Amino acid sequence: MTADIHLDQKRNAGAAEAAAAPQIATKLRVNDLNLFYGKFQAIKNVTMEIPERQVTAFIGPSGCGKSTLIRCFNRIHDLYEGIRTEGQILLDEHDIYEAGVDLNLLRSRVGMVFQKPTPFPMSVFDNVAFGIRLYEKLSARDLEERVEWALRKAALWNEVKDKLKQSGQALSGGQQQRLCIARTIAVKPEVILLDEPTSALDPISTGYIEDLINELKKDYTIVIVTHNMQQAARISDITAFMYLGSLIECDDTTKIFTQPRESQTEDYITGRYG
Amino acid sequence: MATTNATPTSGLGRLSDATRRRLQRKARIDVWFERTLFAFAFAVLLLLGAIIASLMLSSWPAIQRFGLDFFTENRWAANVEVFGALPAIYGTLLTSFIAIVIAVPVSFGIAIFLTEQCPGFLRQPLSTLIELLAGIPSIIYGMWGMEVLAPLLRTWFPSVFPAGTGLATAGIILAVMIIPFITAVSRDVINTVPAVMRESAYGLGCTTWEVTRRVILPSVKGGLVGGVVLGLGRALGETMAVTFVIGNNLFLNTTLTGQGTSIAALIANQFSESDGTQRSALLALGLILFLITFAVLAFARYLLRNSTGRHA
Repeated sequence: MTADIHLDQKRNAGAAEAAAAPQIATKLRVNDLNLFYGKFQAIKNVTMEIPERQVTAFIGPSGCGKSTLIRCFNRIHDLYEGIRTEGQILLDEHDIYEAGVDLNLLRSRVGMVFQKPTPFPMSVFDNVAFGIRLYEKLSARDLEERVEWALRKAALWNEVKDKLKQSGQALSGGQQQRLCIARTIAVKPEVILLDEPTSALDPISTGYIEDLINELKKDYTIVIVTHNMQQAARISDITAFMYLGSLIECDDTTKIFTQPRESQTEDYITGRYG
Repeated sequence: MATTNATPTSGLGRLSDATRRRLQRKARIDVWFERTLFAFAFAVLLLLGAIIASLMLSSWPAIQRFGLDFFTENRWAANVEVFGALPAIYGTLLTSFIAIVIAVPVSFGIAIFLTEQCPGFLRQPLSTLIELLAGIPSIIYGMWGMEVLAPLLRTWFPSVFPAGTGLATAGIILAVMIIPFITAVSRDVINTVPAVMRESAYGLGCTTWEVTRRVILPSVKGGLVGGVVLGLGRALGETMAVTFVIGNNLFLNTTLTGQGTSIAALIANQFSESDGTQRSALLALGLILFLITFAVLAFARYLLRNSTGRHA
């Protein structure tokens, strides 16, 4: 289902779809995507659109393919053998699976944050500067500014400004995760994929990160996988529900949580299975 | 006890004689179990101490006679009863150094290839082959070095390797021998880097080189150093293969490719036919080798502690 519908709910539904489309561009378009781990089909005929500068949340029981799907968006699956995809994923209408696509460039445009914080074995500053240095030649001063900007964006600056030279691995779990987010936004990607970014964090750190996501969506397209349905309801504009590799329903978040179209979605969000 | 005729329900109250006897027996067994374990562990220490003590004791005559000259005398001449450790120490350190210089980049390269790039169907066979290399007895390397490598070097680079055998030849053989060790350890420690670490580095747009150089290798620095030191320890003490190809020249030769000797090779060549001062001097050499390997291990420990401490 197209995600555009939610934008103009006040108008009548028919006109809304036509009127909304030009307002908000589609950042990622998934066309008939299938993915196989060897013989096992993990993603089945998924077709959907992810709007620009909105938060799109994927929910569904463990193993439903939601992480697998967002890992297609930066082709991180390509690191492993035996994974085959069919279909298209268009980033700004260009197929990322086309031959000749530079994976490193793609991944610098589509950043990713994982469930477990993964600070690199270097200082806080270098962790954030790491990705910038890969693609840009900045003067020391500009680099420092960019690092501070990213750390401020990630709501971490005040906590680490006096320990920029300390190892990033010495921070607390919640700080490490915000450091990873800072590292991801420092390279100014267009899309940020968050794969259960708060599932290993305490409620306070989770709150920070949710606020942060809200802040970030002004500039970035956010895609988040979460097991926490309240989280999806709180922070997302669009919610996609997946089950057994299929996209069951994808719609405006309020609609999914109040009057889902499919009974499976309703069963899941009301806790009848999952 | 509040009630008068309560039966004891827990072991902490009154115990029957049978129960008490059983508990005492269990406790006695446990005491003996702990003592036995302690004895095993202590035996190792005792053995180490005994080896050092006997080495010191039997090398004492030589140490007494030559003193510090033992380290500066540049020849080992049994006919005139002049014994200097310098040629052997030099040979041991130089051959090991050459071996490490060659083996470390090659081993790291193989380990990185195996963990990061190797197609799945090749990974297991390649790993097994490399482990098999580690199992080849050193005397076979020695024979191969003498029969094949030395003549080849002499034919191909006659100006550099006039004799074929020599310190550099021994270093090359040692490198081949320790590559499997360093490779296996490096591969294992690189495999301990969590997949998400790799993914987040690739996810930022790193190339394989950048991921390896900036993220993976620094993450396992300590373990890599450990692997190198393991190889170094083996190279320092390796006897058989080195004896075959080092040239066994007992006078100090400071060229890289010249013939020389190493501590282990010298001992192996002369020990069985030595007595008196010569035997004592050989034992002193053994003590020196012991101390060198000990120092290397201690240094490695120090490096490991530093590299892990930084991330803690």
